[in-house]
Amino acid sequence: MVDVPGVSGADHASTSDTHAGHGTYASYLVGFGLSVLLTAIAFWVVMEPMLSRTATILVVAGVGLVQICVQNFYFMHLDRRSERWNFISFFFTVLIIAIMVGGSLWIMYHLNANMMR
Amino acid sequence: MQLEIQRPGEYSMRAENAHAHNDDRESTSTTVFGFWIYLMTDAMLFATLFATYAVLFTSYAGGEGPRELFELPFVAVETFLLLVSSTTYGFAMIAARAENRTATLVWLGLTFALGAGFLGMEMHEFGGLIAEGNGPARSAFLSGFFTLVGTHGLHVAAGLVWIAVMVGQVVAFGFSETIMRRLMCLSLFWHFLDVVWICVFSIVYLLGVILNG
Repeated sequence: MVDVPGVSGADHASTSDTHAGHGTYASYLVGFGLSVLLTAIAFWVVMEPMLSRTATILVVAGVGLVQICVQNFYFMHLDRRSERWNFISFFFTVLIIAIMVGGSLWIMYHLNANMMR
Repeated sequence: MQLEIQRPGEYSMRAENAHAHNDDRESTSTTVFGFWIYLMTDAMLFATLFATYAVLFTSYAGGEGPRELFELPFVAVETFLLLVSSTTYGFAMIAARAENRTATLVWLGLTFALGAGFLGMEMHEFGGLIAEGNGPARSAFLSGFFTLVGTHGLHVAAGLVWIAVMVGQVVAFGFSETIMRRLMCLSLFWHFLDVVWICVFSIVYLLGVILNG
């Protein structure tokens, strides 16, 4: 576990070294700026339609995924320095969600298509 | 991961209160991890609601769809409020680590106000939809919409209550180990709600409008 300079210091009574990767004003502002930018792109391509429908969907999904990563990193401090089990449980959750959402859509859309015939 | 090996004999050399601090840190790290696991299960709860919405969101039952019902500039403002509140909570945590009580209370108060603004806008939107006869009973799409977005709203409301309680606890007890632990869990909770909201505005509002012909 790596201490963030200037945050935890040598004071072992403080809580700051039990949980790695605390933010600074600068890191929160970077996370905020990136999030505003990515949100603006997503709303912009939908409100001012300039791309094909497929391209718009891909842009919205893409900047959404990037923004989730940005916030996980800058706000939740989920990175290589964080507790290993936080990381492992996060990826387990992503896997379960992918199976659940992907599986539901796959089954229901096929069911829908077959029932309509 | 922190390597903290306690050698035999070390224990007796430590002062009694140093040992107590050690226990506190151990329990903080365990509690925050436990809270993280709760958030992961909460993410799965939201995922089931997203899956339900994704299956139902083109079933308008002859009623109006997202393009007529959603006002994207309004949603953009809601998104901005929640995003700023996530940042101000981060500042509150920095102030709390520096044990600066005034700054912590100001940032927590600001976070509360922004969260309350978000929730107020959401209730205004819900109220408008229901008043026009587009309540959750109108179509499968609207049932999915109200369930998913309402569940997120309920979480934000719970977060607001929690922030208010923590303001009281910081005033009353300052920055003890216990208070810091609670602030850390609330921090994860509040940032988590912002991450869920990214999925809400991308999938419910933006994709809803794109796929609504």
